[in-house]
Amino acid sequence: MHRFANPARFLRLSALLLPWCAGATVILTILGLWFSLFSSPPDYQQGETVRIMYIHVPAAWMSLFVYTNMAIAAACGLVWKHPLADLFAKAAAPIGAGFTFVCLVTGSLWGAPMWGTWWVWDARLTSVLILFFLYLGYMALVNAFDDPQRGMKAGNVLLLVGIVNVPIIKFSVDWWNTLHQPASVVRMGGPSIDPSMLTPLLVMAGAFTAYFLSVVMLRVRTEIAQRKIQTLRLSVASGVAGDGAVSDGMQG
Amino acid sequence: MTRKKRRLYMLGLALLGLGSATALALTAFQDNIVFFYSPSQLQTQQVGDRNFRLGGLVEEGSVKKQPDGVTTVFRVTDTAHTVDVRYRGQLPDLFREGQGVVAEGRMTGGVFVAREVLAKHDENYMPPEVSEALKQAGVYKNPADSATKTAKKE
Repeated sequence: MHRFANPARFLRLSALLLPWCAGATVILTILGLWFSLFSSPPDYQQGETVRIMYIHVPAAWMSLFVYTNMAIAAACGLVWKHPLADLFAKAAAPIGAGFTFVCLVTGSLWGAPMWGTWWVWDARLTSVLILFFLYLGYMALVNAFDDPQRGMKAGNVLLLVGIVNVPIIKFSVDWWNTLHQPASVVRMGGPSIDPSMLTPLLVMAGAFTAYFLSVVMLRVRTEIAQRKIQTLRLSVASGVAGDGAVSDGMQG
Repeated sequence: MTRKKRRLYMLGLALLGLGSATALALTAFQDNIVFFYSPSQLQTQQVGDRNFRLGGLVEEGSVKKQPDGVTTVFRVTDTAHTVDVRYRGQLPDLFREGQGVVAEGRMTGGVFVAREVLAKHDENYMPPEVSEALKQAGVYKNPADSATKTAKKE
């Protein structure tokens, strides 16, 4: 695992993987949308409204998946001080927050016609809202320090504290009675969802995952490039200061 | 013990403590996190005159529109106990006999007068043809069965 924590190796590897992930995102999204909008049946109870599921459920899975990965990265960052782990968590946060937002909005749009309400304070909906606030809180905290190193450390601690929310979200529908229905796919006894509807769901989940991988690699690469520029500027500035000349033009 | 090892153990201990604290807190608040009471729970729970939510299945054959056109009377069941419900207003699309429902309101003279009725749907998704085929083959799983399971779990 430590081998992959090397930024130079990551840059090489991600340059290789990025086009493939981006291509997979495009293909899987087109395929998934075609499946979910045209080539899947309406539900026996919900009719055509069930198609919201093909966006809502993958977004919900990704919001948990991204957060769990960020928390693992935070643990690696705190224990082994891998700079790449910190960068990954920082790069993944806005993407995870985006998935959570999509999950909340589509859930609300789905709830209005089916349940008869946009929002209720049941255990599932509330815990997902807390997850959204954890993402936002992490992003605010990381940027709240003058010293980026300290910001990262505080953010990592917040991520690890927030990890208790992940099992709560997953099992909220089993532990308490909620308006939200129990899990349909990842559950004891196999999926309770017809194969003709499971296929578009899994293809869309694949598309969301490929999208996340592409964007997070791109964002980590950008972060590394920014760090390099920062270091260069600092060394140039200190070099200039050492010569006794005052020139801002060089940093342009 | 190296510093990395020590940090790892510290982190493990901290997470363990945090996890147990959360588990304890959630167990303590068990009753407050519950979104609705089932008809069986109502038998033992003192609800008094306050607002609460009642959840269960709409009993087959119990839905009756009142002559005024906007009031609906039905019974909510968890197969063990039933509660009479009266609701004045528009019902959600998924409201139908045999389906899950969550109603908010209060008990008035043995009848639950609902202010709001929400439909609850189950975790089963299938095309209409499949549900027809299942019904014809006689292996169709009525949503009421899963409700019995839930009631037993309580």
